[in-house]
Amino acid sequence: MRSGELAVLLLLPIAMINTIGFILPVLNLARLSFNKVSLGGGIENVFTWENWFGLLTDSFYLELVFNSVWISLAITLTTLVVSYPIALYLHRSSGPWRTFLTVLVISPLLTSAVVRTYGWIAILIDDGPVVSAIRALGLPVPSLMFNIKGVFIGLTEILMPYMILALMAGFGRLDPRVEEAARTLGATPARTFSKVILPLTLPGIALGCLLCFVLAVSSFITPKLMGGGRVFLLATEIYDQAIVTLNWPLASTLSILVLIVFGAALWAYSVVLRRLD
Amino acid sequence: MEIHKTSWPMRVLVFALFLYLLAPVILVFPISFSGDQVLRFPPTFWSTRWYAALFQNTKMLNAFWTSVVLAAVVTALSIAIAVPAAWAMTRLKFAGKDVLFNLFTAPLLLPTIVLGLAILIVFASFGLLATMQGLVFAHLVVTLPYALRVLAVALSTQDQACEEAARTLGAKPLTVFFRVTLPMLMPGIVAAAALCFLVSFDEVVITLFLTGPRISTLPVELYNYVYNQADPLVAAASVLMILLTLGIIMIVERAMGLGKTFVK
Repeated sequence: MRSGELAVLLLLPIAMINTIGFILPVLNLARLSFNKVSLGGGIENVFTWENWFGLLTDSFYLELVFNSVWISLAITLTTLVVSYPIALYLHRSSGPWRTFLTVLVISPLLTSAVVRTYGWIAILIDDGPVVSAIRALGLPVPSLMFNIKGVFIGLTEILMPYMILALMAGFGRLDPRVEEAARTLGATPARTFSKVILPLTLPGIALGCLLCFVLAVSSFITPKLMGGGRVFLLATEIYDQAIVTLNWPLASTLSILVLIVFGAALWAYSVVLRRLD
Repeated sequence: MEIHKTSWPMRVLVFALFLYLLAPVILVFPISFSGDQVLRFPPTFWSTRWYAALFQNTKMLNAFWTSVVLAAVVTALSIAIAVPAAWAMTRLKFAGKDVLFNLFTAPLLLPTIVLGLAILIVFASFGLLATMQGLVFAHLVVTLPYALRVLAVALSTQDQACEEAARTLGAKPLTVFFRVTLPMLMPGIVAAAALCFLVSFDEVVITLFLTGPRISTLPVELYNYVYNQADPLVAAASVLMILLTLGIIMIVERAMGLGKTFVK
């Protein structure tokens, strides 16, 4: 048997699953975004820009897209700020201690998003530990659940492991001797950070931000469970349109919109990367 | 050699951030032993009533067994499909290899909410909604990229001198594969299998689109439960899920080192 024939034979099963479970469904999704729902509730197989025009002229959807992108950006930046010290600390530690801490960073990643979101509900719920602590301090008690605040806090934590791993992957260029040199030449710690450490770790920062933004825009479980039906984001709207309203063409259009946002994020990432080189 | 003396404020900061990162996972342990009727922390008294309630909840138990069977079947199929594919990708010469590899791992790049919707629409016309076959197929779409990636890395870093030696000594290609390549690939297979099992067992967004009252998985049941009410029952289930995950991680750690599998 020739090498090519053997390859076809061995790759046939994975190619079939990829085609039926990935390529066809996604193409179908793109096609459906140009169909519309008929009066009887079925899908009319006609070519129309109706969904797209409807989306771009409806203030609810414009706000939805704007909100999703803006909130995802804010969550991404917060995640970066809280992840950076951990990544830097991990990068500088060594031996079994480093392995142990790396396992700690990865372990939430392997815990179901439902479980972690539930944990946050337990922490942020009215009369929960955080609210009680704030009340004990005599401060005004904020409502942290079933609004965007809870979603923000929970999602930031859920994205942290991805950010930390991406940052660490990009920290390879950070040679401790370079920092050492800056310090011996008289730079203050703050100056060493802003002039040496930060520039060298920018590629890792860009990668981590891309990854977290993409995950935030498409996050579904946390906004749905912690938003209490009051937080409307792209992903939750796709689900509601698909399962509750059963408007598949609209859900498809929103999905393609998410992919367009993804494309824009990737483009921004490549621009940043080119600037850095 | 410790070059860096990490300052105390930095240590405190890192500790606080670790606490934030691990808080939700740690907190479910004490809550699962709560004696209260409602979700409250710290609990007013301790008991194991929620574990008892969990083991009497037939819906959850059925969902748990569905998840275990589903994850086991998906894992076995993933390995059976990905090992030949990874071997072809790393040992054979043919055109368009890179394109194919990217295509086969592309489902990972797609947000699960989009992939879930896309699969829902296609499966609806195939009559695969709320069936075990449908769930197995959908999970394979997301587990195969992981399996292929881990196995391809394992195969390409494998020392090929042994295969070479076996071949020169007259072993047939199949014998070389089953007596040399496959045994040497075992750590990679264990890691890929554990990863597939975890991905399938924890998968919730795509599964949410494809399940119904007839068939449901544990993460989906937990999602539905939390969506409707928040009491310590879910904490008890969460603890069991975390322990299961820990067990599987230990297997991977034994097989090839966790850091290597995920950080690289």
